[in-house]
Amino acid sequence: MSTCSVSKGCFVFKPSPKKRRVSPKTAEYFKEANNDSEDSGLRFATCQSLWKQIKSETEQVQEELNKQLFDNLVSFLRRSHSEFQEKTTEWTCRMKSREIPTAALVLGVNVTDHDLTFKSLSEVLQNNITPYVALLQAKDCPGIKNLMQKLMGQLMNCCIDVDSSDEEDYVQVSQHRIRCSMTSLISWYENITKKTDSETPSKKRISRHLQSPPVVVIFKDMESFTTKVLQDFIGISSLLPHSVSSLLCIELFQSLSCKEHLSTIIDKLLLTTQFAFKLSEKVLQVLINIFLYHDFSVQNFIKGFQLCIVEHFHSQPLSVLCCQLVEAKKRVNSLSHSQCENIRRLPSFRRYVESQVSEKQIALLTADNFLKEVIQKLLEDLHVYHENYVPVLRCLHVFTSSLPKYPLGKQIRELHCACLENRVWETEEYESSLQLARMLNKSDLVTMLQKCVEIFVSSSGKEFDKVVEKLKEFLAQFQKLEAGACQERGESVSSQKELQKKTDLYHLQKTLLELKESRRSKKLTKFEMLRFEVVDFIDNLVRNYLVPADHKTLHEIMYFNTASALREHLNAAPRIALHTALNNPYCYLKNQALKSDGGSISNKAPDICIVYKLHLECGRLINLVDWLEAFSTVVMAVEGTNEDAAASDQVDDIIHARFIQAVSELELLGFIKPSKQKTDHVARLTWGGC
Amino acid sequence: MPNLEHPAYPAATLLRLESLVPCRESQVSMLLSIFGERQQFTFPSIFIYGHKSSGKTYVMQTLLNTLQLPHVFVNCVEYFTSRLLLEEILIQLQNCSSETKHASRMLCDTFNDFVRLFKQAVASQDLQDQTLYIVLDRAEQLREMEANILPAFLRLQELTDRNVTVVLLSEIVWELFRPSTGCFEPFTLYFPDYSIGHLQKILSHNHPPEYSADFYAAYINILLGVFYMVCRDLKELQHLAALNFSKYCEPVVRGEANERDTRKLWKNIEPHLKKAMQTVYLREISSSQWERLQCADGEPGQLKGLSAHAHVELPYYSKFLLIAAYLASYNPVRTDKRFFLKHHGKIKKTSFMKKHEKVLVDYRQTIDNRTSNHLLGPKPFPLDRLLAILYSIVDNRVAPTANIFSQITSLVTLQLLSLVGHNDQLDGPRYKCTVSLDFIRAIARTVNFDIIKYLYDFL
Repeated sequence: MSTCSVSKGCFVFKPSPKKRRVSPKTAEYFKEANNDSEDSGLRFATCQSLWKQIKSETEQVQEELNKQLFDNLVSFLRRSHSEFQEKTTEWTCRMKSREIPTAALVLGVNVTDHDLTFKSLSEVLQNNITPYVALLQAKDCPGIKNLMQKLMGQLMNCCIDVDSSDEEDYVQVSQHRIRCSMTSLISWYENITKKTDSETPSKKRISRHLQSPPVVVIFKDMESFTTKVLQDFIGISSLLPHSVSSLLCIELFQSLSCKEHLSTIIDKLLLTTQFAFKLSEKVLQVLINIFLYHDFSVQNFIKGFQLCIVEHFHSQPLSVLCCQLVEAKKRVNSLSHSQCENIRRLPSFRRYVESQVSEKQIALLTADNFLKEVIQKLLEDLHVYHENYVPVLRCLHVFTSSLPKYPLGKQIRELHCACLENRVWETEEYESSLQLARMLNKSDLVTMLQKCVEIFVSSSGKEFDKVVEKLKEFLAQFQKLEAGACQERGESVSSQKELQKKTDLYHLQKTLLELKESRRSKKLTKFEMLRFEVVDFIDNLVRNYLVPADHKTLHEIMYFNTASALREHLNAAPRIALHTALNNPYCYLKNQALKSDGGSISNKAPDICIVYKLHLECGRLINLVDWLEAFSTVVMAVEGTNEDAAASDQVDDIIHARFIQAVSELELLGFIKPSKQKTDHVARLTWGGC
Repeated sequence: MPNLEHPAYPAATLLRLESLVPCRESQVSMLLSIFGERQQFTFPSIFIYGHKSSGKTYVMQTLLNTLQLPHVFVNCVEYFTSRLLLEEILIQLQNCSSETKHASRMLCDTFNDFVRLFKQAVASQDLQDQTLYIVLDRAEQLREMEANILPAFLRLQELTDRNVTVVLLSEIVWELFRPSTGCFEPFTLYFPDYSIGHLQKILSHNHPPEYSADFYAAYINILLGVFYMVCRDLKELQHLAALNFSKYCEPVVRGEANERDTRKLWKNIEPHLKKAMQTVYLREISSSQWERLQCADGEPGQLKGLSAHAHVELPYYSKFLLIAAYLASYNPVRTDKRFFLKHHGKIKKTSFMKKHEKVLVDYRQTIDNRTSNHLLGPKPFPLDRLLAILYSIVDNRVAPTANIFSQITSLVTLQLLSLVGHNDQLDGPRYKCTVSLDFIRAIARTVNFDIIKYLYDFL
């Protein structure tokens, strides 16, 4: 069971008294939050179906990425096991110590992703190799005893799964009655293999396994197991008292780096027209930053993406149109009047209206039907924009990713962000990368052009026929150049010869200067001309197609851009939140009396806030008496009525009690703790402003 | 070489026994004389110790099997609780007495039960007139079980009043076993390590049937020449011998050399063995990979060893956290101000030293003390210090979000940091950085951070 608490501790879970109240349907939340309940049901449905699609897509990606790794593992298991069976009689095999075939799987630090990987791994193993797979986790196995118990429990249960149809006697074996030792495991194994051998291998599942399938034990988090437990376990399973690591026949497998994984996910989710939903630059940046700076977890990235989807459909009433083009056009027709008003309020739409002639402006602002027609057209434009955007982006990436120092970033996601942010051709980086592109050599240029042709041919955009033609033309010209190259070389050789003739230093200098001069003013070679043309052509493409999305009308429908909301949800900052609450209670309490807080300590604030503010001014050790005095001064100053009491130097009992309560609250929050160094002091556990 | 002789056993059996236990004749004859005749009572408990793979288990097993003495052989690591151990002894006892398997499972929770059940098991069979041997391998595990187990085993003969002897095998000396309350002292016997001559003899003993013994002995000689410096473990050597033998035979199989052509064979195998020492002996690559390499005759360079993947991919801030932790672990607290405060002025080494150490004589000493920081190992540091250092080494502002804190925990689970003190201490947790200097330098290089400049030891 899990808690929502951030801190470690002991939590009591009462069993839920009855069946929980039927929670209000999720769809209702969509309505509740927004008084503008336009199409909430439809929006919810769209959101759900979109998420379903994305989820299956990401799972598929994961599967594909892991396929190679799993294939290797499976073949390793098959091989190691068959060796073990075949050669038992040979001399070498008798002489060698029996090593346990071991695969070390390096998965990287993104622990949250591992669960999925392990789940699919054990599935793959169960389908292809052996039904006997046990997954062990360090936290379940503090000792060898627990480890054996878990192992036996899992193995014996999985055997029930396989032949549950005809074997019932195993079900009765409860885990407590099993003797948890290797001998019982061995006898169980012999028993079970005998049974499957005698069975006709009619079941598809069994026939796919090897004869006498191996038992596979997976340690999920090797590094967390105590060494002793592992040593003992390995010692036991080989039954040879021998130095432990030499008992393992380790082969290492490495999973794909999570960065590559992320690139694939971004490729499949964002750089495609398949999904209507898009992320704006800021949002994407937040998600990527969390990934790169904090957790390396693709799983979390996808979760963040999901959050974006939900937020978008929840907060944006017009998101009802965020679906495939055909469907969206249908939905436009059934838009209500208030939804039309919503559209008219969109900033991008207003800009569009302003750019139209006045009659059309009036029509757009008054006639719903006309508006709907225009919207359909605009949506289509947006769709076409997306269709063109992706291939051109990829094409540009082909160029930028091979430049030295990567002025526009190495990964396509960086380029994508740059293009979304503002007009990419106005940036300095773009300028410098064009400069660099003008210095590319021919072979690189040709391969790049070929790649671009491939990208455009495989893309769905309709306008690219001409582009492809043009690119092919460039390629053909490069071919021609190659033929003509020989002649040019002849010319340059002659000038070289001339240079060699002159041996006089003065003349040499002169000719060199001349040569330099001529090179500067020399008209470009054919290759250079062509190179310029190519770069200009690409530049043109970029200017035409890579317009930032927020320059497009109606982009608000498709793009989620409330990065602040996302940051709030994903970057939890408990310490900052606590500090704000205690330092500036108005922020949460919204009490006008607390508002005018200019650094001074107000007496109207809750006691704990006063105590907190006072303690900020102290050093590591706080004298309780001084603290109390300061507290009472602040409190009295506010109350102001009984100044005599303040003068009497005797702290009021009630104030004393309030102080003690506030201090213990602070202790509970973890700001101070009792100190053993001085009796009437407490120690601060935090430092600085927050 | 002492020939084994004993009146109680036929000479042929003894001769066979002798051939099976090369280089351990004296120990065996000692054991035989202690055991006496089958029906004679002997020492209640015998403690045999020696370095690993000095033949303790093997000698004991061969001895008992060849002479067909009734015995029970149990590995204490395998039966890790006292209950499992005792039950296993009883089960084996039942099996060795009668052929028909008893289906009944016995429950044996305490040693008291064990003694009772043991008497029953012995009484029910023809063991009464022979000494029964209970061999406990890896006996050092017994120390971790209940306190009464070890002393009780030592005087099992007395407790059960039966003709039984307990043999303990261990790699550590008896002095480490002796409980504080005292116990019955067993007869101790030491198995010395095999010398190089012994190893040669034993390894050559098991030659493959296709080749002559001399040929194999020559091979073993070469093998020992290469590996004896680093490895004296018989089992390991045996394993290596088996792995590389096919390569040694290659010239002979191809017909390029005959079996007597030792020099040629040596030239062929020697570089190969050296390579094996660097890779397969260290388990850089597994033995099955090594075998495949031999078949393919390829360079091991193509195969990446385990350490080729030693780098760890970490998120950006995790790297800085780790660097901060390393600095906190290896720099003294008092130097933090000078490394991380922006306006510490021009306080260089000398003036800094003067401030803290008054006399110049002390200076030398400080130099010595300073160098030892890395030798002493990491020191624990509080969470606050870690975060303070982190904030000062990261260029842009880092918000103290939950993400940062959870990364610290991740680093602990990855065993790059370790939590000092108790796990459930909530306030003021203390950590240690457990990574090596090379590792942290590699990490620091990826984020363009010159860690050497910040380490007090390297100033």
